[in-house]
Amino acid sequence: MAASRANALYVRRRFRNGIARSLAYAAAAFGLGWLVLILAVLLFNGIGGLSLAVFTQDTPPPGSDGGLLNAIVGSIAMTILAILIGTPIGILAGTYMAEYGRHEKLTMIVRFINDILLSAPSIVVGLFIYEIMVAPMGHFSGYAGAVALAVIVIPVVVRTTEDMLRLVPDTLREAAASIGLPRAHMIVRVAYRAARAGIVTGILLAVARVSGETAPLLFTALNNQFFSLNMNAPMPSLPVVIFQFALSPYEEWQKLAWTGALLITFTVLALSILARSLTARRT
Amino acid sequence: MNIASSSQAPVVGTPVATHAGVSTVGLSEKVSIRNLEFFYGDARALKNINLSLYANKTTAFIGPSGCGKSTLLRILNRMYDLYPGQRATGEVMFDGENLLDAGMDINLLRARIGMVFQKPTPFPMSIYENIAFGIRLYERLPRAEVDARVEQALRRAALWDEVKDKLGASGLGLSGGQQQRLCIARTVAVKPEVILFDEPCSALDPISTAKIEELIDELKQDYTIVIVTHNMQQAARVSDFTAFMYLGELIEFGVTEKIFTAPDDKRTQAYITGRFG
Repeated sequence: MAASRANALYVRRRFRNGIARSLAYAAAAFGLGWLVLILAVLLFNGIGGLSLAVFTQDTPPPGSDGGLLNAIVGSIAMTILAILIGTPIGILAGTYMAEYGRHEKLTMIVRFINDILLSAPSIVVGLFIYEIMVAPMGHFSGYAGAVALAVIVIPVVVRTTEDMLRLVPDTLREAAASIGLPRAHMIVRVAYRAARAGIVTGILLAVARVSGETAPLLFTALNNQFFSLNMNAPMPSLPVVIFQFALSPYEEWQKLAWTGALLITFTVLALSILARSLTARRT
Repeated sequence: MNIASSSQAPVVGTPVATHAGVSTVGLSEKVSIRNLEFFYGDARALKNINLSLYANKTTAFIGPSGCGKSTLLRILNRMYDLYPGQRATGEVMFDGENLLDAGMDINLLRARIGMVFQKPTPFPMSIYENIAFGIRLYERLPRAEVDARVEQALRRAALWDEVKDKLGASGLGLSGGQQQRLCIARTVAVKPEVILFDEPCSALDPISTAKIEELIDELKQDYTIVIVTHNMQQAARVSDFTAFMYLGELIEFGVTEKIFTAPDDKRTQAYITGRFG
């Protein structure tokens, strides 16, 4: 009697376990499935348009063939400038939080605000830069676009720099201090070196993050039908071109939008893989 | 070196610790600790410590966990300064200066009082750079001279033969014992006068431990050595003087042989015979 009751309990438990496990598997497959589906649709629609012309010709007027050269160059120019502006600020702020101000109240406040900035809707960033740069200057520009992207870069870099410096053991800091190394030297020569892979990963992730941003550029860099390296003028970018072309009724434009989306997606994928392998080597 | 002023302070008969059997004949006082108290926030971790460290001798701090021996060691190079809320009062005289003074240049002090830690802590750079780094901090030397100093330091730490063919390799690739000797070489390269060892062998195997102990014995010809250790046999093997600490107090200080064979205090007796700690 007792044995059979235990047996029934066990069977029921095993049944429940099976259900829970199936649900977990199903949820994982569901989540991953969409990602695979998105990549597949992107590949299917975008790969056909991938040709040399995409990288050598500018965006065409409606109804004719062309490429994405001006958008690619614009994206790269604004991303580079955004990283040049955002990375030093982000690394210095992260350094303050992890090294100098570790026990300060200010660090807690900065971290809290930084986390808000990290998840702030990027359209708000675009509008903000519109107000402080585009409106006073009287025109859209690549500079404004780069600054808007920099505002998105900063919190990512601040966060990873602080996290990575905190992973550097205090014993290493003490060892540096023990040979009479001043604090600033210790940070630059020892702590940065120990955290280098992680900090670089943070910058790569920031590049990945901004290379797909559309909303902050709509209000700042706007767009440009033509090739331009003048950052004081409106500047094209891949996300904005995709936004414009995908919504258009022209088939050539729609095709280019798919190709552009494919390019961005695989750039982000490549950056993520690179970032992963950097951190993997570290540990 | 001006030790005249500090060596006049009588060692025998200082108020608190029993300096049993310490004859000051032929000894020069390198560091003189007087009425030292230490606080972690409001908690008093060291109570009225009075102790002398003698030049070219090895002094061991022993005692159960939490007795304050590492705290005492970390006062000697002001390591506690890295952390807020930690403070020391009293006097630690080193060459006629109180190293607890606010005006003390801490970086210069640490170049003169080096430290080797419990866990090996090589910098994330090449073996060569680990040593050269500290040398270049205080001296501008031609490359050939830096090379010579690096070799000299590595030889001093009995590591040269093992690494001479891979000086460009990362210091992190060495074994634990080798890393610890690299850290000793790094400390020696800066030309300190005192070297502090904070349980330098607790993460090492017996063979590496023996090498480090041998090294400590050689180093005391040129340096004043202080070692914190959990291992009483080690204290007995390597030190000339031993300080036994308990609950933040210096219970007994004296010649190592006496501390381990005929201690004056019952608590010292109990600790060295393994009845607690």
